[in-house]
Amino acid sequence: MTVLKVDKVSKTYQSGSRQLTVLDDINFSVAAGQSLAIVGPSGSGKTTLLGLCAGLDHVSAGSVQLAGHKLESLNEDQRAEVRSQEIGFIFQNFQLLPTLTALENVMVPMELKGQKDAMKVARELLAKVGLEDRLTHYPSQLSGGEQQRVSIARAFANKPKILFADEPTGNLDTDTGEMIERLIFDLNRQENTTLIMVTHDLELAAKTDRIVHMRGGKLVSDSNE
Amino acid sequence: MNKAGWIFKMAFRDFKQNKAKLFLFVSSIVIGIAALVAISSFGDNLVKDIDSQAKELLGADLVLENNKPIGDQDLDSIAIDRASEVNFASMVAFPKSGESRLVQVRALEGAFPFYGKLVTAPESADELFRKGGKVALVEELLMNQYSIQVGDEVKVGDLIFEVVGALQEAPGQTGITATVAPVVYIPKSFAEETGLIQYGSRLEYMEYYKFAPEVNVETLIEPYKELWETEHIDEDTVEERKDRTGRSFANMSDFLSLVAFVALLLGCVGVASAVNVFVKEKLPSVAVLRCLGVSSRDTFLIYLTQIVAMGMLGSLAGAILGTLVQYVLPQVFGEFLPVEVTVGISWSAVGFGVLTGVLVSVLFALLPLMKIRKVPPMMTLRPSSDSLSLAQDPMRWAVLGLIAVFVLIFSWVLLGGWKEAAGFSAFVAGAFGMLWFVGTGIMWSIRRFLPLTLRYPIRQALANLYRPNNQTISLIATIGLGTAMISTLFFVQNQLLDQVRFADKEDQPNMLFFDIQTSQVTEVRKAVENEGLPIMQEVPIVTMRLEEINGVDKSENDDLSDEVRKSRGLYNREFRVTYRDSLISSESLVEGQLHTYQNDGDSILVSVDQGYADRTGIEMGDKILFNVQGRPLTTYVGSFREVNFQKVSTNFLVLFPENVLEKAPKFHVIITKTETDQQAADVQNRIVKDFPNISVINLGMIVDTLEDILGKISFVIQFMALFSILTGVLVLVSSLIISKYQRMRESILLRTLGAGSGTVSLINTLEYFFLGSLASLSGILLSFIATAMLSVFVFDFPLKWAFGHAAIIYLAITGLTVLLGWLNGRGVLNKPPMRILRSTS
Repeated sequence: MTVLKVDKVSKTYQSGSRQLTVLDDINFSVAAGQSLAIVGPSGSGKTTLLGLCAGLDHVSAGSVQLAGHKLESLNEDQRAEVRSQEIGFIFQNFQLLPTLTALENVMVPMELKGQKDAMKVARELLAKVGLEDRLTHYPSQLSGGEQQRVSIARAFANKPKILFADEPTGNLDTDTGEMIERLIFDLNRQENTTLIMVTHDLELAAKTDRIVHMRGGKLVSDSNE
Repeated sequence: MNKAGWIFKMAFRDFKQNKAKLFLFVSSIVIGIAALVAISSFGDNLVKDIDSQAKELLGADLVLENNKPIGDQDLDSIAIDRASEVNFASMVAFPKSGESRLVQVRALEGAFPFYGKLVTAPESADELFRKGGKVALVEELLMNQYSIQVGDEVKVGDLIFEVVGALQEAPGQTGITATVAPVVYIPKSFAEETGLIQYGSRLEYMEYYKFAPEVNVETLIEPYKELWETEHIDEDTVEERKDRTGRSFANMSDFLSLVAFVALLLGCVGVASAVNVFVKEKLPSVAVLRCLGVSSRDTFLIYLTQIVAMGMLGSLAGAILGTLVQYVLPQVFGEFLPVEVTVGISWSAVGFGVLTGVLVSVLFALLPLMKIRKVPPMMTLRPSSDSLSLAQDPMRWAVLGLIAVFVLIFSWVLLGGWKEAAGFSAFVAGAFGMLWFVGTGIMWSIRRFLPLTLRYPIRQALANLYRPNNQTISLIATIGLGTAMISTLFFVQNQLLDQVRFADKEDQPNMLFFDIQTSQVTEVRKAVENEGLPIMQEVPIVTMRLEEINGVDKSENDDLSDEVRKSRGLYNREFRVTYRDSLISSESLVEGQLHTYQNDGDSILVSVDQGYADRTGIEMGDKILFNVQGRPLTTYVGSFREVNFQKVSTNFLVLFPENVLEKAPKFHVIITKTETDQQAADVQNRIVKDFPNISVINLGMIVDTLEDILGKISFVIQFMALFSILTGVLVLVSSLIISKYQRMRESILLRTLGAGSGTVSLINTLEYFFLGSLASLSGILLSFIATAMLSVFVFDFPLKWAFGHAAIIYLAITGLTVLLGWLNGRGVLNKPPMRILRSTS
C-alpha cells in the first residue's frame, strides 16, 4: 500500500526578478513500512523535498499525497492536523522545546491528539531509548546524544505512519551516531513505520530499503527502479 | 484534555522556564500602572473627603456675596446663626520692621466658620480674636516671611492691630491661595476706622448663614435667586462649593492621570520591544510546535496566555506600588488641597489600573507576538525559511489601529471631549513618531558618515548600537520622552520667570500704586517724585456696569438662543475703565480707530480689547449702555485694540475717549520705575506709611510670588515626570539584562582576539555613553520644539534657548545611562572566558 506519493512536484522561489527552481518534476512513491534515504550533494534539494513530503511547505506544481491526504488541497492548519496524526520528525539539531523537560517534550504529540495516557506512554518510550532516569531534565541539561534520543522518543510518540528524519546523526560523534541509527531502525521495525531520511552519510543510507539520489533539483536515480 | 486546557498547560510549562525573563519584560509597565493607580486612588479618596468635609470647605450653609453691603434678607430670621465679613486687598505695614505687603484683609464679625474652624497658632488665638479689641490674625506664611511674632503689631490702613496668632487654616484656604493672597483677619467693627472702605476699593461683602440641620438650603434659596441676580448678589451653598471643588480636582486628577498614562505608554513601548526579543528567541520552538502539528492559532495562544498572565502580574505589582505611592501624595499635593485627605485602598482604582495594564501590555505585546502566527514549520529544517516581515500583515495594522483607538478612548474618558482626546492622542503619536524619526535619523547618519579613521573602540561602540535585539530605538523613545517631559517643564518654567524678570528693563515701569483717591493724586505724585522716581503714567479709573447691548438687557439675553446670546459675564462684571485719546505702548489698534468726543451730542465711541470681544461676542458697532454710578451712558464700539496684559501697566478692556468721564467719581493709578529692590522697598514703605489706603504692586513681589507658585506646580509635575524617567530606567535595565549574554559573548570574543579588559570596558562604557547621549539629546531636541511651540502659540514670548539647563539634563541622563550600563556589565569582564562560555551554553 502506498503511503506517500510524489507526483510531478516542482518548487520554485522568486529571487528578485529571477525565478529559482530548486525542485524540478520529482516523481516517486513509497510503500507502507518501507525505509527510504534521500541522498545528494548540498543544494541538491533534499531538504526541500523532505519538507514538501512532510507538508511543511507548499509545492509550486504537482501533487503530494501523504497517508491518503492530498497536501496541496489542505490549508496550513489542516496540514498541521495531518502532521499531528500521521507524521513523526527527527531533526539534525534535535529541535527539542528548550522550556519543556524530556518527559514533557515526548508528551506533546500525544497531548495534541488528546491521548489520555500520554505520560505513561512517554515514560515507556523514554525507557526504550534508555532515558528513564532523565525524565525531568531540560534539553540544556542533556548531551547531544541524549537530546536526539528524546527527539526519537517524541517522533514515535504519536505512532506515526511515516517518520521523517533530516540528517539524524549529522550533529553526533560516530559512536553516538551508530547508537542513534540502531535505535531508529529498531523502533521503525517494531512500530512498522515508514521511514524517509535525508542524509549525507552513504553508510547510513545503505541501511535503508531504498535510496534516491538528487542532483540540481532533479531526482537522478532511484534504487527501486 | 480539551484544547484550551492543553494550551494553558503548554503555556504554563513554557512559563516555568521564562517567568523571570517575562516578568522583566512586563516590569516596564509597573511604574506606569503605579502612577495611574496612585493618582486614581488619590482622586477617589479626595472625592470622598470633599464629600465628607463639604461643610468645612464653605464654613457655612450659605454665603451671599456682593461688592456693596448686602441689605436685610428674609433668610436672616430663618438662620440659627449669622456672620458677616467685608474683605479687600490692601497694604498692611509691620511697624517693627517698617516693611509693608499687599494682603487680603478680612474684617469678620460673628462665629464664622460655623463648620470647621480657623486653625491658629497658638490655638487660643482664635478665641482671643473673637473677644474683640484691636487684634488680628495673620497668615502664618506672612508672619514667617516678615519675621512677625505673636504680640507684634500690624498696621491696616489708619489702625494698628496686635497680632494675636498665626492663621494656619481657614475654610477653603490652600497653600496656593495663601501664597497669592495672604490673609489678615481683623474684627469687622474696626473696618470703617481703617479708612480703607472708600470709593475705588475692591470691596467684597459676605454674609454667612447657618441653618438648622433639617433645612434644605437649595429649596430655601430658590425663590430668592432671581432677585439676587438682579442685585448682583452671588450665592454659594455647600452643594455648589462641593461640586465646584470636586470638579476642579477631578480635572486635576484627570490631567495627572494623563501624565501617568504617558509613563504607562512609555512602559508599553518597552514591553513591545522586549517581547520582540522574546519572540525572536522563541521562533525555533514555534517552528517545532508547528512541525508537531500545533495550529498557528494554538501556538499563538500559548505565548499570548503567558503575556496576559505576566501583564496581570505586572499590573498587580503596579497596583500595589501605586497604592503605597498614594500615601506620599498628600505631601506632594498639600499646597493645593482645601480638605484633609485620607489615604486608603481604592478598589475601583486598583481594578481600573489592573485592567488598563493588562489591556495595554497585551495590545503592545501583540505587535511582535503576531510574528508567531507566521512562523513556517519549514523553519525547523531551514532557519531562514520565508520572510517574517509583518509590514504586509493586515492583523498587525489592525493591532496598531486598536492601540490608537485605546489611546483615544482612554484620553476621552479623562478629558471628556473628543477634540481634546484626539489632540492628546495626536500629541502622543507625534512625540513618539518624532523620537523615532530623530533616533533613526541620528543612527542612520552615524552609520552613513562614521569615518573609518575613528579609533577602534569608538567605532565598535557605535556599531554596537546596531546589534540585533539591542532595542536602541525603543530606548531612545522611552528615555527620550521622559527627558523631554522634564526638560520642557524646566525650560517653560524658566522662560516664564525670565519673561517677568526681563520686564524690568530699559524704560519699562516696574511699580504700580493704586486705589489713589482724587484728593491724594497731587500729594502722591509729589511724594514719588521726591524719591527721585519718574511718573510714567497717571491713570484715572472709573467703575461701571453694563446694562444693555444693542438694547438687550441681562434677562432678555438669557432667553436668547446659544448662537446669538452674548456672554453672561458681560452683565455681571464691574468694568474698570479709563479715558484717553491715544494708545499706550502695551496696546495696538487692530480694527477701527480711536474716536475723540468733541461736542455734547456726539456719539461716544469706545475701544474694546479684541480678545475680550471675541470671548464675549461683542462686535464692531455694537451699542452698549453702561451704568456709571447710577447714570446711564450710551456708547458704541468704535475700535478693537490688542492689549499686552503681560506688561506692568494699567491695561483696560474698555477705553473711553476724553471729555466723557472726567466728572464721574474715580480713583487713580500711578506707575513708576525704581532702579533697585531696596529703592522699591523704601518707596513702597514710605507711601504706605503716609497713605495707608494706597496699595502697591512691584515687579519684585510678582516675581517672588510667581516663582513660589511655579515652584509648587513644577514640584507636582516633576513628581509625575519622575514616573516616566523611572519607566525609561526600567526599560533600559530590562534591555541591558536581555542583552547581557550577548554582550558577554562579544566581550569574550574581543578578549580572545587579544583585546585587553581596558579596551573592552571602554567599548562598553562608550556604547552606554552614546546610547544615553542619543536618548537625552533626542528628548532635549523634542523639548526645544515643544518649548518653542508653547512660547510662540501659547505664551506669545520671544524664544530663548536654555542651553545651560539642557546641558545639565543631558549630563544627568547620560551619566545615569552609563552608570546603569556599568552596573549591569560589572563582573562580566573579570570572569574567565571558559566559565562564561559554559554558563551561556
